[in-house]
Amino acid sequence: MSDLSTYRENLRAWLRANAPAPTPTIDLNAAKAFQACLFDAGYAGITWPKDVGGQGLGPEYQQIFSEESSDYELPTSPFGLGMGMCGPTLNDLGTAQQRTRYLPKLLRGEEIWCQLFSEPGAGSDVASLQTRAVRTDDGWVVDGQKVWTTNAQFADYGTLLARTDPDRPKHSGLTMFVIDMRAPGVTVRPLRDMTGHAPFNEVILDSVRLPADAVIGEVNDGWKAAVVMLGHERVAIGSRGNSKTNPFDFDGVHAMARDLNLDGDPAIRAGLADLYTRERVLDLFNIRVGQETSAGTPPGARGSVGKLAGTMLARLAVEVVSEIAGPAAAGWEPDDTRADAVALGINSTPSSGIAGGTNEIQRGIIGERILGLPKEPSVDRGVPFRELKVGTQR
Amino acid sequence: MKLLLDAEHEALRAAVRDLLTDRADSARVRAAMESPEGFDRDLWIRLGRDLDALGLVVPEKLGGAGAGHVERSVVAEELGRALAPSPFLASAVLATDALLALDDEKAQQDLLPRMVSGETIVALAAAEPGAPWGPGAATATEGAGGWTVDGRKTPVVAGDLADEFLVVANAPDGPAWFRVAAADVTRTTLTTLDPTRRLASVTLRSASAVRLESADPRAALDRVADLAAVALAAEQLGGLRRVLETTTEYAKIRVQFGRAIGSYQAVKHGLADMYCDWELGLSAVRYAAWAADEAPDELPVAAALVANHLGPAYFRGAAAGVQYHGGIGYTWEHDAHLFYKRAKSTELLFGSTAWQKARLADRLEIGRRAAG
Repeated sequence: MSDLSTYRENLRAWLRANAPAPTPTIDLNAAKAFQACLFDAGYAGITWPKDVGGQGLGPEYQQIFSEESSDYELPTSPFGLGMGMCGPTLNDLGTAQQRTRYLPKLLRGEEIWCQLFSEPGAGSDVASLQTRAVRTDDGWVVDGQKVWTTNAQFADYGTLLARTDPDRPKHSGLTMFVIDMRAPGVTVRPLRDMTGHAPFNEVILDSVRLPADAVIGEVNDGWKAAVVMLGHERVAIGSRGNSKTNPFDFDGVHAMARDLNLDGDPAIRAGLADLYTRERVLDLFNIRVGQETSAGTPPGARGSVGKLAGTMLARLAVEVVSEIAGPAAAGWEPDDTRADAVALGINSTPSSGIAGGTNEIQRGIIGERILGLPKEPSVDRGVPFRELKVGTQR
Repeated sequence: MKLLLDAEHEALRAAVRDLLTDRADSARVRAAMESPEGFDRDLWIRLGRDLDALGLVVPEKLGGAGAGHVERSVVAEELGRALAPSPFLASAVLATDALLALDDEKAQQDLLPRMVSGETIVALAAAEPGAPWGPGAATATEGAGGWTVDGRKTPVVAGDLADEFLVVANAPDGPAWFRVAAADVTRTTLTTLDPTRRLASVTLRSASAVRLESADPRAALDRVADLAAVALAAEQLGGLRRVLETTTEYAKIRVQFGRAIGSYQAVKHGLADMYCDWELGLSAVRYAAWAADEAPDELPVAAALVANHLGPAYFRGAAAGVQYHGGIGYTWEHDAHLFYKRAKSTELLFGSTAWQKARLADRLEIGRRAAG
């Protein structure tokens, strides 16, 4: 048996023995305990270097972990941003001191991370952000507002992108920092989304003092750091393969149609056939990209294909589910949990086409980086940030 | 599951592409489609004799290459990419798969070596209106002089070119397979949506026929249909890739309002969607071809899957190809319409999109119990 199949067998056995039963809401302490357990078993930071507590293995091992763990709902979401984005970026660009200070604790689940990029005026065009970091004798003072900050409510640290030189063009006056989320002046407020829940936050930064060694990479070179981080994000989203635990996957929707005795209806059957098709081709795409990655061809910008196709799949699933539910999805008794789930599906679907780069941004990436189509002319190229209009300014 | 090609597959692709670049450029494709036979027989012979590309799924003892469906799908992709008119789908796919799915060694030994070389073209006459895979209403009767078949089969791919036919008809004991010589049928070349692929109707009036051995004629028909779906999806994938490439190139050089049109999001995003369709389709075709070779239990669903993704995806792409070329894309001189017509024709050829969805739903056992 090859090393990889031994690895898979051992992992499978470990997950069977150690994966906790899913809970409806996240228990932070239980999540931290499980992350420590993953770390002790050698399944945290599979591709991370050994000097910071990782396993130093190739992407094919991470791929095996993604495949095998997709059968479970592991309580790892509080660590997702740290493991998928902040950590890998610190590993790439951080100083030796930053790496040894932050990465081992992140891997062991002792510290939780969030990412502070987006602002009310800087969404897709994140380089137009307005949060300022002004140099002082011993570090920096930060003022501004961040939004859509997932996990900020329990994060210990964040990676912050702030403007350090407004006299330079927008991309070249940014710096990335490590920010202590408990520092004075950091206020985290839950932000309700259109489902009525509050999975993310807005973060107000009011004269927050950062030490000089909080800079990740070089001062005014934060855009490069952001690109590195967004590259890690695409990989993290692309390798997410947890369709087996999605209630609106083909099997779930088929079961619902069967329960309601609608699976003989030709239109519903056609909808289910479409749903199966779109779900299966995306699975196959992910498997193929995984095989290519193992064989030495990284997915690159094709991560955008997986993300876009995932969004379109989610939309179709909700369309089919809505057809099956019919008027019951417009009004239902308070104890009708199925209709609750359908409504949540209808209301949460728009997020997948916005979060982590809108569909429009993904299509732009595919068009420009894969197909080599020319960029839109940019009216802000070379213009000092101070002179630009951003967000909804008039 | 293996979804990647290896170096040998890529070498096969390169050899076929070289030949087609040389012998099936736009001018030659157009000359072939307007010629009396509707295809380039010289190219056909080269595919068989020089590249051994017509018998990839045929065992070596029957004159084939003894390779498999992954290899054949690579060839189908290239033929679809070039739009090369040829009886490949009829003879190297449908009729070849039928002979291999049946249990008639005599017919295999007699026909397959000649089909592999390209010397003999055999067509499958199974479809009838409303029954894309037959057996339809055609009947077979056994008399003192042997079997005769009556019925009308349409559309028959390459039915106007075929030297022999494999016919599916209802015998007294159920659906059965027959071999019928071209001289014993009446055929009419159909007017086709796609000028690069000939179709015919075939009328059999007490046509003398040889019944072919088969342990399970219906299962053989299903297998032929599934394998054809895989090969056709590969052809569609190749066509979609070509449309993507040519339209992307055009969007880079065509300037309007002072900019290359590919810099506009309206065009760029449409091409990105086409690219996604291709990436997903590529993954699905590799899977279905792998299943055809290695996982026969998965083939029925895999075949219905690729038909449902690639058919609509190719047509969406080909329609966008015409659209993004603008007025020039709507002219006869530009090749965009050839892809558009091939795409729609292949989307419908083996069953409408509604029929394909229903077939996938059947295979997934959706609503199997009596409805309502």
